[in-house]
Amino acid sequence: MYSLLRNTRAALLYLGASPKMIAGLVILALLLLIGLVGPLFIDVRLAEPISVRTNQPPSADHWLGTDSGGRELLAVIIAGTPQTLRMGVLAGVIGTTIGVMLGLFSGYFGGWWDRIISGVTDTMLTIPPLAILLVVAASVRAVNVEMMALIIASLSWMHATRVIRAQVLTLRELGYVQMARLSGLGNFSIIFREIFPNVIPIAFASLVGATSGAILSGMGLEVLGLGPQNTPTLGMTIYWALLYAAFSRGMWWWWCPPIIILALLFIALFLIASALDDFANPRLRSQS
Amino acid sequence: MTWGYVFRRLAMFFAVVLAATTVNFIVPRLAPGDPTAAVLEQLMSRGQQVQGAQDIVTVYRERFGLDDPMIVQYGRYLFNSLRLDLGSSISYFPQSVTSAILGALPWTIALLSVSTVIAFGLGSLIGALLAWPGSPRAVHRLAPFLMVLSAIPYYLLALIVLYLLAIWTGWFPLGGAYSVFPNGFSFPVLWDLAYHAFLPALSIVLAGLGFWALGMRGAMINVLGEDYLALAEAKGLKKGRIFFKYAMRNAMLPQVTALAIALGTAASGSVLVEVAFNYPGIGYLLYNALRSSDYFLIQGVAFFLVITVAFAVLVLDLLYPLLDPRIQRL
Repeated sequence: MYSLLRNTRAALLYLGASPKMIAGLVILALLLLIGLVGPLFIDVRLAEPISVRTNQPPSADHWLGTDSGGRELLAVIIAGTPQTLRMGVLAGVIGTTIGVMLGLFSGYFGGWWDRIISGVTDTMLTIPPLAILLVVAASVRAVNVEMMALIIASLSWMHATRVIRAQVLTLRELGYVQMARLSGLGNFSIIFREIFPNVIPIAFASLVGATSGAILSGMGLEVLGLGPQNTPTLGMTIYWALLYAAFSRGMWWWWCPPIIILALLFIALFLIASALDDFANPRLRSQS
Repeated sequence: MTWGYVFRRLAMFFAVVLAATTVNFIVPRLAPGDPTAAVLEQLMSRGQQVQGAQDIVTVYRERFGLDDPMIVQYGRYLFNSLRLDLGSSISYFPQSVTSAILGALPWTIALLSVSTVIAFGLGSLIGALLAWPGSPRAVHRLAPFLMVLSAIPYYLLALIVLYLLAIWTGWFPLGGAYSVFPNGFSFPVLWDLAYHAFLPALSIVLAGLGFWALGMRGAMINVLGEDYLALAEAKGLKKGRIFFKYAMRNAMLPQVTALAIALGTAASGSVLVEVAFNYPGIGYLLYNALRSSDYFLIQGVAFFLVITVAFAVLVLDLLYPLLDPRIQRL
């Protein structure tokens, strides 16, 4: 337990000084603020269709203008950004938890379990996630944000399993694990008390990666029109904008903000994941 | 290459095909509601009088064998899928799902393979130069730019590229793959095809470039510490030779493994890029299928997407031992 605390401190010290981490967290915090502070100033009910005049360019009344469905776009952004984040984090947490468990067991026990788990993992990794998501989302039809997160989570555990398993394979041969085994500690205690604390940095990096991947998959479904129909999300906004030809009608205020916010979100998550990777893999650190 | 290795890879390929078929079979059956009743409801909601609706349901259930035991239905579905009989398309009637997809697939494969190869090659070269101590300064300045680029997904880049280079400047066509449907291959026809494919390909290349560069940079840093590089330098070999034949060649191996893994994501991404550019590949087919609730076609596109990628991965896996002889022993 003591070593866990010390490691955490070392991690925080390193990450606190990493410019990538700081930049990523700052962008992420700003995006979170949109969802937290925005509703205090703007009525998010204006994000519902037919609540304002359609096709208005940005003005003093509507800072980001309105779309063809009569939604106030600033309200859509304020209501949609947290929805997108919530979906991504939910899917990321579920997916990574499953992935870490499978990786720990597969790496630690080895043998048949390992063969089956890593066989399935490698196979699943080559399946284009969109293909499976499409079939599921198209037959479930009316999805909400939580359901979408669950569907996406079922396809975002493989990366975590892979990296955790590789790490556990080396950890389980180390002296202190052998020692714990010789002293009669049970398998589960060894996995969770001796091995797990040492894979936390990698698990965190996978969590950020899985969250980003989940938002990407979610956006893919949304821009195809398979997202939640009654909740304003950033991807659905892009879908409506394309459906109503906002590009060729010059309605930049419709499609620009969701694209910018999504791009910022992906960049922030990438910076955080990359800082965590540098921490977990010191050889990369020395060069950058 | 041992037979055991080939056999394992082949088994993996068939496992993927089987998994895709099973998902296609199970998922619609888990969804609430009876498919035939759903079709009837759809007809009725369009204001059509449906005489003897119950009889129609019975006939359809019998016709599609929906009253047979699940295992029989599954076996039949598997058999039909394996001989690529995926039913008929509603939105492309009277074409079958398979023929509609086979018409669109060459566009996707050409676009995806050319742009992935360019992104992979160029990205790996840039990544290797990023890690190489002797490379020019300008290359190192590229790193943050590439990082940002690798974080932005295919689809968003495609929209940005579409706006900047097609709508705003008008340099490139807004979408489609040709001005007139190509008959035979002549220079103007090829030029027209390349002109239309440029923007979608550019989006895929830009989105992939950063990923490959960063991966290669990591692999290259690991190789740089190796003794054989110091030896090569001590022998007085030329810098370029050390870079390409000693460092890059060894750092490429993990890149090829990553290529097999990244293909699935790349295929998903390029499907969306096609939608953004109305490029007549399977992405565009899928978009039309979704808009007209053409369920068989949606399933068919998903199925073909999975098999195409699985096949590409199989080929890569079988080529891999030629690059890395150590793989035989695994």
